[in-house]
Amino acid sequence: MSTIYIMWLRQVKRYLRSRSRIIGALGQPILYLLALGYGLGQVFARAGQGNYMEFLVPGVIGMSVLFTSMFNGVEMIWDRQFGFLKETMVAPVSRFNIMLGRVLGGATVATFQGLIVFILSFGVGFRMPMSHPAGYVLSGVFFMFLMALFFTALGTGIASLLTDFQGFQLIMSFVVMPTYFLSGAIFPLDHLPSLMSYITRIDPLTYGVDGLRGSLILSNHFSLGLDFLIMAALCLLMLSVGSYLFSQIEV
Amino acid sequence: MITVSNLVKKFGDFIAVDNISFDVKKGEIFAFLGPNGAGKSTTIKMLTTLLHPTSGSVDINGHDPVRHQHEVRQSFGIVFQDPSLDDELTAYENMYFHAVLYKAAGAGVKQRIHELLDFVELWDKRDVLVKNFSGGMKRRLEIARSFLHHPKIIFLDEPTIGLDPQTRNSMWSYIRELNQREQTTVFFTTHYMEEAERVAQRIAVIDHGKIIARGTAEELKRQTNTANLEDAFLQLTGRAMREEEASGADRLRGAFMRRRGGTR
Repeated sequence: MSTIYIMWLRQVKRYLRSRSRIIGALGQPILYLLALGYGLGQVFARAGQGNYMEFLVPGVIGMSVLFTSMFNGVEMIWDRQFGFLKETMVAPVSRFNIMLGRVLGGATVATFQGLIVFILSFGVGFRMPMSHPAGYVLSGVFFMFLMALFFTALGTGIASLLTDFQGFQLIMSFVVMPTYFLSGAIFPLDHLPSLMSYITRIDPLTYGVDGLRGSLILSNHFSLGLDFLIMAALCLLMLSVGSYLFSQIEV
Repeated sequence: MITVSNLVKKFGDFIAVDNISFDVKKGEIFAFLGPNGAGKSTTIKMLTTLLHPTSGSVDINGHDPVRHQHEVRQSFGIVFQDPSLDDELTAYENMYFHAVLYKAAGAGVKQRIHELLDFVELWDKRDVLVKNFSGGMKRRLEIARSFLHHPKIIFLDEPTIGLDPQTRNSMWSYIRELNQREQTTVFFTTHYMEEAERVAQRIAVIDHGKIIARGTAEELKRQTNTANLEDAFLQLTGRAMREEEASGADRLRGAFMRRRGGTR
């Protein structure tokens, strides 16, 4: 327990200390909200789809959570290069606890980053279309956390296979960006060409964002229950695979 | 305290450690010397549970590193060749996190951290983030940290590399004093022969995976008919320079690699 806690605390402290990173990581989501939200809002409304800003905000929160958690997981390469990983590898504690603490810490940080974007979105005109939003916000935070958990575990698993940063760009281009653009984060899932329809359905982010949409704007493609089941199962799977890969690291 | 018998490590066809045996007594300061690529780091990795031997046996404080990883890990402290601190944490936090990982964060932990940081003259800097430390300060902090959980053995893998003579000297005086005070066994590697000559009570020289000489510095000099340990070492291992695989930092600039094996 204390191992999990201390590894969690480490990730959180590192996050809170890097203000430039917190602020830097907000630039992209805000840009998306402004450019897409205001830029495409008219087209979206004219197509009879309703308020695009409302639709987009959960997607951009999902993006923010995705980027932050993947970065947090993959950041382990840094520890591997610059040493702290070795300190944990020779400690008399189980590697599973180290990995779990680390992933929970990264997921906490990513959830927090998602929350900041959620709060900022009210500044660009986002409103929750309901009268008693507290419970729905909680459910939204829960979906953010599930997404964060999955992607941090994925990032950590990938980082366990890599020994240096050369792979980082590959991960960005072939994992992170496709996951974002091929989910339902920025477009509705109805009436997609069938190939796209299949692709979006195998993208984990699709279910996270859909759950978030169901919670925050009460409008989603699947059902909250299905989104939850799929995300929870994916988290368990990725934690197992990630911790296996982590246990195989040799320093 | 450390007993190694017929230890072998192969990477594919390459024999990195070739049937070595030695023992280190409790409270002893033992130097493990050899040119680059001789098998030093591979041996340390096997002694410290980071690598499984191909064959042979190791006993660390009464435990086998393969079967009783946790007991062995609890028994030793280690200072690696490259820094292993968290740069984004303060000196105190690095110490405290170590205490938690080693289940030593009980009642006396604050006192112990204070004592050790005082000892390596870093107590005033306890709340400074480690990224603002010089190389020498980082090393001192790592030494303090490695002693934190009252280990029976300290492994030091080239602990003084890249440090100025002042820092090197004070580092060895810390280590010697802690060795005296806490009866900690010290096992170290270095490329500075005068350091080994001055500090080590016994020395083993490894080359091409085999131990080619052992004894006190005096005995090695007598054996080789030389005036100092550096000459004795060159006599034993030859003057040819050795190639070594790139280190982590070198590889950072190198090609993208996907690799799962040990480094050497």
